[in-house]
Amino acid sequence: MQLVLEKRAERSGTIALVSPLIAIGLTILTMVILFAILGKNPLLALHAYFIAPLTDGYSLQEIAVKATPLVMIAIGLSLCYLANAWNIGAEGQFLIGAVAGSWIAVRTQGTDAGAWVLPAMLVLAAAAGALYALIPAICKVKFGASEILTSLMLVYVADLFLDYLVRGPWRDPHGFNFPTTAEFDPVATVPLLIEGGRLHLGSIIALLVVAAAAILLARTIKGFEIRVVGAAPRAARFGGFNANQLVILTFAVSGALAGLAGVIEVAGPVGHLQPGISPGYGFTAIIVAFLGRLNPLGILIAGLFLALTFIGGEQAQIAMKIPLDVTKVFQGILLFYVLACDSLILYRFKLVFPNRQVTRGAG
Amino acid sequence: MLDSTIDSLNSGESPLLRTIGLTKRYGDFLANDSIDIDIRSGEIHALLGENGAGKSTLVKAIYGLIQPSAGEIRWRGERITLSGPSDARRRGIGMVFQHFSLFDNLTVAENVALGLDGKESFKDMSARLERVSKTYGLPLDPRREVWQLSVGERQRIEIVRALMQEPKFLILDEPTAVLTPQEADQLFVVLERLKAEGRAVLYISHKLEEVKRLCDTATILRGGRKVATCNPGLETAASLARMMVGGEIKEVKAASGRKTTVPRLVVNDLSLAPGEAHGVRLEHISFELKGGEILGIAGVAGNGQDELFAALSGERLSKDPGTVVIEGIAAGHLSITQRRKLGAAFVPEERLGHGTAPRMKLSENALLTGHAASGMVHRGFINAAATLDTVDRATETFDVRKAKRDPEAASLSGGNLQKFIVGREILRNPAVLVVNQPTWGVDAGAAAVIRQALLDLAAAGAAVLVTSQDLDELTEIADRIAVMFHGKLSAPLATSEATRERLGLLMGGSSLEPKEAAHAVGA
Repeated sequence: MQLVLEKRAERSGTIALVSPLIAIGLTILTMVILFAILGKNPLLALHAYFIAPLTDGYSLQEIAVKATPLVMIAIGLSLCYLANAWNIGAEGQFLIGAVAGSWIAVRTQGTDAGAWVLPAMLVLAAAAGALYALIPAICKVKFGASEILTSLMLVYVADLFLDYLVRGPWRDPHGFNFPTTAEFDPVATVPLLIEGGRLHLGSIIALLVVAAAAILLARTIKGFEIRVVGAAPRAARFGGFNANQLVILTFAVSGALAGLAGVIEVAGPVGHLQPGISPGYGFTAIIVAFLGRLNPLGILIAGLFLALTFIGGEQAQIAMKIPLDVTKVFQGILLFYVLACDSLILYRFKLVFPNRQVTRGAG
Repeated sequence: MLDSTIDSLNSGESPLLRTIGLTKRYGDFLANDSIDIDIRSGEIHALLGENGAGKSTLVKAIYGLIQPSAGEIRWRGERITLSGPSDARRRGIGMVFQHFSLFDNLTVAENVALGLDGKESFKDMSARLERVSKTYGLPLDPRREVWQLSVGERQRIEIVRALMQEPKFLILDEPTAVLTPQEADQLFVVLERLKAEGRAVLYISHKLEEVKRLCDTATILRGGRKVATCNPGLETAASLARMMVGGEIKEVKAASGRKTTVPRLVVNDLSLAPGEAHGVRLEHISFELKGGEILGIAGVAGNGQDELFAALSGERLSKDPGTVVIEGIAAGHLSITQRRKLGAAFVPEERLGHGTAPRMKLSENALLTGHAASGMVHRGFINAAATLDTVDRATETFDVRKAKRDPEAASLSGGNLQKFIVGREILRNPAVLVVNQPTWGVDAGAAAVIRQALLDLAAAGAAVLVTSQDLDELTEIADRIAVMFHGKLSAPLATSEATRERLGLLMGGSSLEPKEAAHAVGA
């Protein structure tokens, strides 16, 4: 008896929906084992991770706040991945967007600049993110350089550039030498949705992005082009679609969305530019994109779920002294299982009982 | 069972190879359903059947590539289980596949060495290679690299490699599909010789005249079952075809009084460097195709047909706009979408992955080529109803059989998917249709539907260019036939003048006698 993977005639729609849930189930099972090895009560740990954050209003808002950049970045990444363009550098595009937007905030600081400041910051951040993403895209199209490597390496360039700015030219003169800019003026800050709360306008923008992506992919010829270039490159060329142009376009769009998420983060929940503004949003968004099946609505749900793990991780650290790095382990294991379970969409497991007559051998 | 073993051992003339109730099951699908076949030494045995009849499955089981689900294989009366192809070769079973497994950048001798299991030195092996190839009249230079060789020469490598293992039984999978008629004749001489040496040959084909000429016995498969074993010499091609298909094949009829009109596709001195390593350079290709006319392009595969298709479709662009003229407009520099807007339509050879995106629905595959000029897109938004309507109309007009209204392309059988692809293009009423291998790997019923559709399209006034390796197909539907060889296109011959001999000479690279050529131009 042996277990074999058998190709399905058609992709299974049911499994496509269920596969992320199987992956989450397997991840939780693995985490239970991990918690037990760490000597923590697995049930209490799971409660701290997944239940506790859902029980009070402040945590719920915080989940939405954390999900906002994740969802915006992941939507952009999903367009790239659908078109077979592998943007791994959203973290860098996020940081560059934050830097570009902050530039306006820093320059207008203390002046009587009006309501144009925040819109200008958003536009500049999106443009900067897009331009930064175009570097690996153009290198791929013109020179055949692997966009996976170049986009990833540019993350560290952006990280160190930000670091240089807040330690050097943009450092708050009254900041006791901490590497941070001064707190942004109110006109350079993303407005809150609820007075005294945490939820801000960025979450609305993220929802609009989700809706726009859903319409783009399902209803427009451009969305079809993105899907067919990724699914069958030769057929796409026969259809008259240019894969190189699409690499440029999807990288630009995903860079713009990451840059926008970056400036919303600094001009919103953080309030100033400093190192460590991202707990790895650009990388976690890769998991969000795949866990959400590269589908806009799926990404919205997956973004909320991964935001929950961030908040839950903090709760577990406070309540049970579980290291915060366990959250990253959780996210890594989750991506592993998501990709593994995806093979079930095209394949199915089958038990095979070899014919005994045949195996008996030459008579 | 023991009795029957003794029985067959005792019977004076036990066959070299016999299968009893050989069955291969894939899930619920029976690829081979209890097949009995006897192959004797010194006979050329034909295995006939349509695509999907189970021929490949059967020979894969005999060659040890797959394990049967039930039934047995007997070799010289003894029941055997083959652990793999090397086991089969050790026993004396050789096979030449339809698709060659050769490394382009290695020499002939290196390729042969890779395929042999023996331990002899490379020098001894090369000497033996030359000896075997001379003995059988299959000349080969062991030192040449494979990419320089023609398809016929490549096949020789595979045959010589098989012969070097001294097989008692040789399986050939559609060997003449890639040969010119003259090359095929040379191959038949080799096969007759193998037969005279007392070896057995299993010859897979669907070319019936060939089988009638060459084979002593024919086993016919249909839908995974054996339907008959007969002497093909005593049958007619029509009766063999009836057994293969299980009914009459619809005759393809050309509409009478078809009139040619204005030139719709003109190619002027088209030359194009190859797009990839070992590709074929197109050299000075010119022809003119009028509305109402079907021009056939014959030729052995790999002589530039794919490159010509890419240049005509616009998948590869030409610097000089005037090289390709569609409907009177210079289009050499235009993209495939722009050419479609001029009224051209294209059907590539490869159905899955080129003509369609395999994992997308038929409606999306209708959009793939229809987005440019079919009202399927309005201000960037897809009109889903229009794409589904194309699927429905193609289904109805061309009898596409499928499990549901809008399945994934990959779930259709080859014949049905090809009918959909051809239908999708014809429903756009193209002025020019360029088709590459329209009925490759398609069952006879679907092939007849597709050929009829091409004839009807020409009758409606379109210009149709058909590239095919099947000469019978071209003579059946084309008005004129040109031949591609090494990236050059011969002057077209009127189909009535295009005998197999003449086409064969052109396919092999010889030019016709000056007198004949002049005659051809006048035709």
